[in-house]
Amino acid sequence: MNRRDLLTCHVADKSRPAASLGPGYYSNGEFTTHEGKKVRFYDELIKGKISIINFMYASCDKYCPRSIACLAKVQDLLGDHLGRDMFMYSFTLKPDMDTPEKLAAYAKGNGARKGWYFLTGNEFDLTTIRFKLFRLDDPLLDFSVDVHASMLRIINDNNSHWSSWVLPDPPRLIREAISWVEPTKPFAERVKENAALQKQIDQEAVINGPQWAAYKRSRGWPEVTAKPENPEGVKKLETLLGRKVSGGGSWVRAALDRLGHAPARAES
Amino acid sequence: MSTIEKEKSKKKKRTQSPTGPGWTRRSVLKAGAAVGAVTMLTSRKSRAQSLPPIPTQPPDCTPQPTNSPATTPFVSALPIPPVAIPTILFPFPTLAADTANGEAARANHQDWTQFYPFVQYNIEVQPTMHQFDPAIPSTYCWGYNGIYPGPTFLNVYGVPIVVRFHNNLPVDNIGFGDNNHTTHLHNGHTASESDGFAGDYWSPGLFKDHHYPNVYAGFNEFPPIGDPLEAQHTYWYHDHRHSFTATNNYRGLNGMYLIYDDVDTGFEFAGQPPQALRLPGPYGIYDIPLNFTDKLFCSDGQMYATAPDTVPAGDKFIVNGVIQPYFNVQTRKYRFRFLNSGPARIWAFNVVDNNGNPIPMTVVTTDGNLLPSPVEVIQTSTTPTLQALTVYVSQRYDVILDFTNATPGTSWYLINSAAQFVNNAAEPDPAPGVAIGNVVMAFNITGPPPLPDQSQVPAVLTTLPNITAPLANLFATRVWNFNFDVIGTEGDPLNGTGKVFNVNGLTFDPNRPDALIQQGSAETWLIRNRFPGTGWTHPVHIHLEEGRVLDRRNITVNPTTGVITINSQGVPPLEQGRRDVYPILPNDEVLIFLQFRDWFGKYMIHCHNLGHEDALMLTRWDVTTGPSSTVTSPVYSDGTPNTGNGQVNSGAQTNITPAMTNLPPTFNLNPPGSSKLERPGSKGSKKGVKA
Repeated sequence: MNRRDLLTCHVADKSRPAASLGPGYYSNGEFTTHEGKKVRFYDELIKGKISIINFMYASCDKYCPRSIACLAKVQDLLGDHLGRDMFMYSFTLKPDMDTPEKLAAYAKGNGARKGWYFLTGNEFDLTTIRFKLFRLDDPLLDFSVDVHASMLRIINDNNSHWSSWVLPDPPRLIREAISWVEPTKPFAERVKENAALQKQIDQEAVINGPQWAAYKRSRGWPEVTAKPENPEGVKKLETLLGRKVSGGGSWVRAALDRLGHAPARAES
Repeated sequence: MSTIEKEKSKKKKRTQSPTGPGWTRRSVLKAGAAVGAVTMLTSRKSRAQSLPPIPTQPPDCTPQPTNSPATTPFVSALPIPPVAIPTILFPFPTLAADTANGEAARANHQDWTQFYPFVQYNIEVQPTMHQFDPAIPSTYCWGYNGIYPGPTFLNVYGVPIVVRFHNNLPVDNIGFGDNNHTTHLHNGHTASESDGFAGDYWSPGLFKDHHYPNVYAGFNEFPPIGDPLEAQHTYWYHDHRHSFTATNNYRGLNGMYLIYDDVDTGFEFAGQPPQALRLPGPYGIYDIPLNFTDKLFCSDGQMYATAPDTVPAGDKFIVNGVIQPYFNVQTRKYRFRFLNSGPARIWAFNVVDNNGNPIPMTVVTTDGNLLPSPVEVIQTSTTPTLQALTVYVSQRYDVILDFTNATPGTSWYLINSAAQFVNNAAEPDPAPGVAIGNVVMAFNITGPPPLPDQSQVPAVLTTLPNITAPLANLFATRVWNFNFDVIGTEGDPLNGTGKVFNVNGLTFDPNRPDALIQQGSAETWLIRNRFPGTGWTHPVHIHLEEGRVLDRRNITVNPTTGVITINSQGVPPLEQGRRDVYPILPNDEVLIFLQFRDWFGKYMIHCHNLGHEDALMLTRWDVTTGPSSTVTSPVYSDGTPNTGNGQVNSGAQTNITPAMTNLPPTFNLNPPGSSKLERPGSKGSKKGVKA
């Protein structure tokens, strides 16, 4: 028994990951996939998985096409995670119109791979999950259909991490938002990523060129303007203020002077 | 073994002190000095002696509580956050990121040698347990140095500092909050790499040095430390990791940061140089921070989040980490530094005495900037905007309350007239006409002060920087539409979306600047809220420099003709000074003046309602060597060209208009009056300036 189990052993339902909000939160209504399979929402779609959930309807031509096209690109970025530990669920907003057959055609038309399911069910269950996952706490918006075409909810049931993003944004951003619900990577890996990021930043600094010193020169600012021992600058300020300049501390000035002034950025 | 369990065991190994038992901090430091350097292997324990232990995370509570446990008001004294203490950092802070020793990646510090930080601070961002009320069990929080609110930084202009933020957040966090962290000093005049840009977060186990030079804006024109008229005094620092700012702040990641100078010295005694204002002080005694927030608690004391990424409207008023506290005051003047730390509540404050009579609140600073003259806020004011002190998320107001004539033994009350239910134990209303559910805190008047009150509230506090020249030389007026609506063309299958929070029709992409601004230039920005969803106000915050509100306007659209009318409303009294948070009410727009001096790099403009911010109502803009850009962004964020169709609600549009110089006739560029500080060009000073 791990630490988390000890803390949550008062929870009667042992059929879910200890950190999960469980069917009590997510609800457990029955839906039908575009393949005609009956599934329970929590037990079969959420439990123990990373789920990427959005709402759509097959005949939606105003808001959905770009969102679905974007998700089609996201599924490629998920690689072999899709269908293994990550699943994409597109629920219909119009269960009366969207039969499993219609959704199957829609899935095929959008190139859905295994692991991306289009689901329909009864109105009550669909509205329930819509409120549980996409709630804005404002009835005007929560009941509105067009609000939901652009919302994406990402859930990891194992650690109760949620994130979200907007459709249709660049797929790489959505892939990143999915990574935030994944367990934190091992430290060594993160250190490696950090080093890579630093390399990238340094590269950009080289490309962007010597910003600081050269730019100061181009604007006619004296290069050592703020060097505290710059008597001209200090005099200018004191004339402006009509008093002696305080702050900065003479010990800071003296120390700076000893260090000598070097430009903050090396020029390339 | 599950992935999470593996993580746990790894974390355990990593966070165990490498020194083992039997070592004291002193001996560790000695050993460190002996070998010349203490590397990243130093544990949190060896870095700081007096930090609270890291608690085990209790389970998040389900199901949603209807309301928090009942509490009795005014049983806890108002806590004063302790002052952050400087230290010596190992490894020593460096110009370039010290990635080999565990520093998070960043660009080199700008002006590092120029403002070399001899003063160093160490901050551990870590979980902790905090008790909000005696009736509520301890709550699992995240805190700077393990306390909530975080320690208060007391600083002086001209003394640069560096703060090392160690991320000790749990790798196996459950539920809301994200263990990647970044800190923004709001609204520090800070170089980009130390600004806590929302996309520059770092993960547990790493640290990052933020360089806070503590200079005034404009230090190139006004060496060595900038234009003293650009002084700001009340700042706060908080988590800014995008998409999780609300939850991380709700967990407790914020604190205050004050900077003093020779005008606002923090001391009130006589005999200071003539420019000293002598407002009530010092910190913690007569200069009191008030950090307002609200939370919803479960019966086991844990904070509740509606969903793991959404924080609810709390039903408990919390000041400095305590529910409805009391504060003992003497019969004299006090300076209170009001801060709304979010996540979303808009406070409307008033003060009443024990008979329910309104008491004036004298506002001296707005967002930390001294007002030209103090402004009085009282319920009975004839100016509607001054009938209550409305504090939007992230706004700060320094308020002087004068208890001199209060009756010892009685209490005054700070009330929130934007009424909200608070589940109090059966308590009578404290004063006539004052519902206990509206009371945020009580001031218990104890008696006369031990020493006479030497503080004063001068009629003239400061002069605003003269902006005549840059205003006549604007690059352009840049328009920022803060909307909740359809992006692109509504109903167009190739260019339409559902309704989303957006800025100029775009959502946040940390790698995409939506405006490039030439360093050293000045612009006016028009911030507009035409499609407010269901009537949302967006408190818009702009990083880097303080702005001046030039005009507030109301937009009305004739429903039949579609003609848009823009009605100028002038500048309200509390926006006469400089600001960094501009609340944009539905169908309003605000014209502000901004300068972009001193630093390069990425900054942001965003809605500071933390929920909206996390829904990507956030935009990056860059200060560059130029030239300035003239469109929102060359491409829409998914790569499609930003063609633009000219609609106000369209995302893809030019966001530049010719510079708007038609200021309202009522606008007074340089309010008259004397000042303790004067800059050339604004003649007529009475003291302080030699002819």
